[in-house]
Amino acid sequence: MIQTENLSKQFQTTQAVDRLTIDVKQGEVFGFLGPNGAGKTTTVRMLCSLIGPSAGSAVVNGFIVGKQDRQIRQSVGILTETPGLYDNLSAEYNLKIFANLYEVTDPAGQVEKYLRMLGLWERRQDEAGTFSKGMKQKLAIARALLHEPSILFLDEPTAGLDPESARLVRDFIGELSSEGRTIFLCTHNLDEADRLCDRIAVFKTRLLVMDTPDRLRAQVFGRRVVMHLANASELLAAQVRVIPNVKEVQVIDNKLVINVDDPEHNNPEIIRTLVNAGAEIQFVGELRRSLEDVYLQLVRNAD
Amino acid sequence: MKKVSTIIKKEWMQVFKNRLVLFSVLFLPLFFTALPLIMLGVMGGSSSSVEGLTGEMPSEFTQLCPAEMTAGECAQVFVVTQFMMLFMLMPLIIPVNIAAYSIVGEKTTRSLEPLLATPITTAELLLGKNMAAAIPAILATWLSFGIYAVGAALIVSSTTVLKALFDPMWLLAVILVGPLMAVLSVNFSLIVSSRVNDPRVAEQLSAVVIVPVLLVFFAQISGLFLLNQQLILLMALGLLVVDILVLYLAVRLFQREAILTRWK
Repeated sequence: MIQTENLSKQFQTTQAVDRLTIDVKQGEVFGFLGPNGAGKTTTVRMLCSLIGPSAGSAVVNGFIVGKQDRQIRQSVGILTETPGLYDNLSAEYNLKIFANLYEVTDPAGQVEKYLRMLGLWERRQDEAGTFSKGMKQKLAIARALLHEPSILFLDEPTAGLDPESARLVRDFIGELSSEGRTIFLCTHNLDEADRLCDRIAVFKTRLLVMDTPDRLRAQVFGRRVVMHLANASELLAAQVRVIPNVKEVQVIDNKLVINVDDPEHNNPEIIRTLVNAGAEIQFVGELRRSLEDVYLQLVRNAD
Repeated sequence: MKKVSTIIKKEWMQVFKNRLVLFSVLFLPLFFTALPLIMLGVMGGSSSSVEGLTGEMPSEFTQLCPAEMTAGECAQVFVVTQFMMLFMLMPLIIPVNIAAYSIVGEKTTRSLEPLLATPITTAELLLGKNMAAAIPAILATWLSFGIYAVGAALIVSSTTVLKALFDPMWLLAVILVGPLMAVLSVNFSLIVSSRVNDPRVAEQLSAVVIVPVLLVFFAQISGLFLLNQQLILLMALGLLVVDILVLYLAVRLFQREAILTRWK
């Protein structure tokens, strides 16, 4: 659905995007993470044909960026960083404008559908300026969906929202994904990315890594197994260290934290060894690093 | 055309919801209509001869007043003629504020990016914004002229003065040149609006477009030259060419990328 090949953007002397190559598949929720000023919004703008690339190429929904811009704009939906609503017009009229601009066949029907879906139908006659931040964001999401785009670009969809509104928006993104839409999600909210995204790209002017959240964790920190023992000791840890494929073993309180590449394959042998050595195993689990840890590690490395 | 009409309706909904903007659009035409009517009423009373006016009006003008006219009638013809210029100025001035704000205003409220993300072309967007600002100005001017004509017909009893009022030259000026002036003013304002980042700067710079017409206005008052039918037709032709050029220029100068990325 979205393919870029060495996509670059330079503003005078500033390189905003440097040789970005990605391939986002249909129905995928693709997280695009990066610090402020990393070039995320510039990338989204290029992919939505709002600005042209300086070098490289991009194909969105089968249309070439820079050559078939109107077709791209017709086939994608975008939620911009700020809702950008017409504050002195009603919520309904705000959507009607865009339904007409996208040449939606049943503007009134589509407007009603999304106002109802996002819980704004009762407030449809109210001016958008009277809405809370969360309601404005929901209205902006509805605007991006009126023409039923197969690709949706969401730039910080939950930024500045209270937890309840953020959750509503997140749930809605999940629903959109289950409908088979491709979602390109720019976010700072790493927990959100972890929960929603099939794959994640960490970006800072150039692509740092791109993979599933779990594989990213494994890439950056490796996989760790934690075993709670009634009698954890250095002696038991030493027994585990000699097992092939075990990289590192730490004793922390009554736990052994074991770094292994393939726990599914190595855990039975580790457990056998420990039991034979007299260990009393209480619990076994995987120690999951947060995506935040992964992200911070990657961005620090890039600096 | 659906996209163009959508932009026009949107602009009108936004502009005329603001009562102060509505007032500013209506105030000028009403003022420009009432002022000459009051002056016509005041001047009509003089019964001295035309010769008595020498020195008070440009000689080029008094020569046009037939000897059988009273000084009051001649003065009324003078007023009618001079104030007709205002009906050419009106469509130039009225839309400036609306047009000047139209792009930069959307920049400040951050509504321009979602708008530019739709499949609308630059020409459609600018045409919509142009018509949204020009149409009210043209209608307000024509309405004012209508009120002025009816009011003048009621105040003035002399057929010579009425003839001057309904001179085909002025009808051409109001019906043809006025709209062309409005389109010029709006296009110029749209260019300014798309190139600056501050609505106040846009309004101030856009007002520059009035200067050439003011020069014509003052040249006529001071008697440097008098407008005639030929000159009006030439002016209309020239304006038509300039309008097309300025519209083309507006589309060329409207750079989506620069507007989105250089605006902070």
